[in-house]
Amino acid sequence: MFRYLKLRNKKMNVTLNGKPKDISDRTTLETIIRGHCQSPEHVVAELNGSIIGRSFWESTTLKENDRLELVSFVGGG
Amino acid sequence: MTVQNDNLTIAGKTFTSRFLLGTGKFSSKTALAESIAASNAEIVTVALRRIDIDQHEENIIQYIPKNVTLLVNTSGARNAQEALRIARLARESGCGNWIKVEVINDSKYLLPDNAETVKATELLVKEGFIVLPYMSPDLYIARELVAAGAATVMPLGSPIGSNKGLKTKELIQILINEIDIPIIVDAGLGAPSQAAEAMEMGADAVLVNTAVATAGNPQLIAQAFAEAVKAGRLAYLSGLPSEKICAEASSPLTGFLYE
Repeated sequence: MFRYLKLRNKKMNVTLNGKPKDISDRTTLETIIRGHCQSPEHVVAELNGSIIGRSFWESTTLKENDRLELVSFVGGG
Repeated sequence: MTVQNDNLTIAGKTFTSRFLLGTGKFSSKTALAESIAASNAEIVTVALRRIDIDQHEENIIQYIPKNVTLLVNTSGARNAQEALRIARLARESGCGNWIKVEVINDSKYLLPDNAETVKATELLVKEGFIVLPYMSPDLYIARELVAAGAATVMPLGSPIGSNKGLKTKELIQILINEIDIPIIVDAGLGAPSQAAEAMEMGADAVLVNTAVATAGNPQLIAQAFAEAVKAGRLAYLSGLPSEKICAEASSPLTGFLYE
């Protein structure tokens, strides 16, 4: 049981929008996006250079050293 | 008198307004929403950026009416491949496939890189995007953009945000005369009179951002631009009389009481 908990709490490092970030092991894309974006409905995720469609956020688990970009709309001409 | 069915058609989609509004630099989202309403714009531009993960930002899309066509620009792209990456991300957001190609290498004048703009347009059209490229007015480049499948060409009047007006007027006139897809004058228009001038020349539409967003009262100037665009369009459709070197009397040339 202790060993299981230890595994569950393991941290790993990813790069989120250019900044290093420690997150829990087995964190899904969905969790990260819900936790960092106020309006997830217009967020687009690019993981290691590939776009991850919204329908795959829940099933995509981040790995050590992943590079994640979360983008959305801002004012522009 | 009204002109019937004088609509702007881009890629098969019909618009009654010939005024496109950019959404950058507004002091508040409320000012933006009020300006969109006052402008009657049916196409507005937005940009795509990294989310600031340390700060909760308001979603700009909720301030844009649902019936307005979103035109996502590729600002930040320095070459065709970067423009392609931004466009793919924009499409994934579910806000349509209309892309304003904007490829810029020069941060001082923000002039578009025409060669990379042509390459980006070719790539994006092949991927099914509706492409509206921002360009420096040049006939050969405009022809290449048409050949690449661009939906419009968007020549600059003067550098972005400069409010200098139609410094490229003669070159834009050539595009208006020679290019069969819509010409949308984009960038540098600083006053409604300049927008009217572009429309009088025969431009199909204009896009304004800075002059509206940074005015003392954005809502009021948005309306002024919209009315100027309409006035300029009506003047163009009326068949403007040409300039003459010598005077031509408006009153009868006979003397008042004497022969």
